[in-house]
Amino acid sequence: MKRHKVHKSYAEINERIRQGKAVVVTAEEMIDIVERHGEVEAARRVDVVTTGTFSPMCSSGAFINFGHSSPRIKAHRVWLNDVPAYAGLAAVDCYIGATEVAEGDPLNSVYPGEFNYGGGHVIEDLVAGNVIRLRAEGYGTDCYPARKVEKNITIQDLRDAVLFNPRNCYQNYSCAVNMSDKTIYTYMGMLRPRMGNANYATSGQLSPLFNDPYYRTIGVGTRVFLGGAQGFVAWPGTQHNPNVKRGKNGVPREGAGTLALIGNLKEMSPQWLVGASMLGYGVSLYVGVGIPIPILDEEMARYTAVKDEDIYTQIYDYGMDYPKGTARSLGEVSYKELRSGQIVLNGKKIYTAPLSSYYKAREIAHLLKEWIEEGKFVLGEPQMPLPGPTP
Amino acid sequence: MEQTVSRKIVIHYTADIVDQPIICQLVKKHDLVFNILKARILPRREGVIVLELSGSKENFDAGIRFLKEKGLKVEPLSKRVNQNSDRCVHCGACTAFCPTDALSFDMTTMKVLFDKEKCNGCELCVSACPARAMEVNIF
Repeated sequence: MKRHKVHKSYAEINERIRQGKAVVVTAEEMIDIVERHGEVEAARRVDVVTTGTFSPMCSSGAFINFGHSSPRIKAHRVWLNDVPAYAGLAAVDCYIGATEVAEGDPLNSVYPGEFNYGGGHVIEDLVAGNVIRLRAEGYGTDCYPARKVEKNITIQDLRDAVLFNPRNCYQNYSCAVNMSDKTIYTYMGMLRPRMGNANYATSGQLSPLFNDPYYRTIGVGTRVFLGGAQGFVAWPGTQHNPNVKRGKNGVPREGAGTLALIGNLKEMSPQWLVGASMLGYGVSLYVGVGIPIPILDEEMARYTAVKDEDIYTQIYDYGMDYPKGTARSLGEVSYKELRSGQIVLNGKKIYTAPLSSYYKAREIAHLLKEWIEEGKFVLGEPQMPLPGPTP
Repeated sequence: MEQTVSRKIVIHYTADIVDQPIICQLVKKHDLVFNILKARILPRREGVIVLELSGSKENFDAGIRFLKEKGLKVEPLSKRVNQNSDRCVHCGACTAFCPTDALSFDMTTMKVLFDKEKCNGCELCVSACPARAMEVNIF
């Protein structure tokens, strides 16, 4: 057991939140506090550090129960604004996935496809309160005889709408370049030939899992900001992989941990869930997530003071290596360099472009800070830790 | 000293005048300098041309009048390019593609700023923007 000079429990911090006495700062503000006062003093002073991220996150979607019609239907196929939703759950339940494309979309047959509307946009329209055309087909059973239902709905008409994202908040993500001779269109955005630009995601020093690299406080049951509402970490995210190369500060140098998140879609806002169209690739959903990190001791103070210059990621060629599945790192780059707008790789200056919004990530961290200061948001103590690195 | 102006404009031709050497007459008559940024003749032969036009204020204004008298629709390029603030999430995916630095980050607020005056209407931002916040309607 490591010896720490500062010890705080979740219960103590929550009590301070309820009394309106908790000291809450954002992950950006924490950098300065630890630099100025040292990690022990910072841990004494600060109770919670808030983080944030806002990025296109595939592996998102919503469970919807649209209620029974008269006569009843066992919906076998379901479309929302012509976007197919998976209906093999029950009679009037479906799951609308963020990357599902509207039926009839030309896809990439007119290359690069525009992918103007899909599941991500349906979710945005739902939370915006817009009218959605629901279409369902059934094959008719004795208990559910209807063959067809077609109606306009809004989110208020739905019995239940739950955002459930199997994989969000990637702890680090590769930086993408294109070494081929033609422009390519990827989930990392448009990449110009001969390393014309380098695209990256994650909000660096503000990103949740960079601030708790070994998942000491973020686990199953952690309460989070999700799409503008309060949600929870439901499980380790799919592809969660803690066993990667890490820096001395514990921060992974490539894609590592992930989170499965859940929350009530009816409480969310289109400000924090925005449909995305990636030219030539498909549809996705920008998701806004914020996670509070309790400063239980000086180790957590140190982790939450991590800076862009101490967070590294790998550069991969999406022109040839990545699609072939033989990706090898072309080099390592810090988020400070990435966020400066230009990096140097093999002696060549390359313009960088983020896919994550740092502006929105910062807004989320500040909003979450306000919620906690006002006592509207208390910490959820993890009920099960996420798998950590195997010793 | 005489005031000089330099503006990016969009000129819309109609099919009946597309064969006339209007740009040539424009620069000869009014002593203006032009740089073609973009041009396209559409299937029914309506045409659109994007020009950067420079010269003295007097000549510039006279030149624009000349174009309008010829029956062409003329408007500033900036009118045709728009950053939809309701859609923009300020990710900055557009910033690496903008050849004229019209789209850039305010490094303090981390908001994406759009300087209409610098825009040349290339439309690369439209392709790069996942939120479909950049709107360019030239053609």
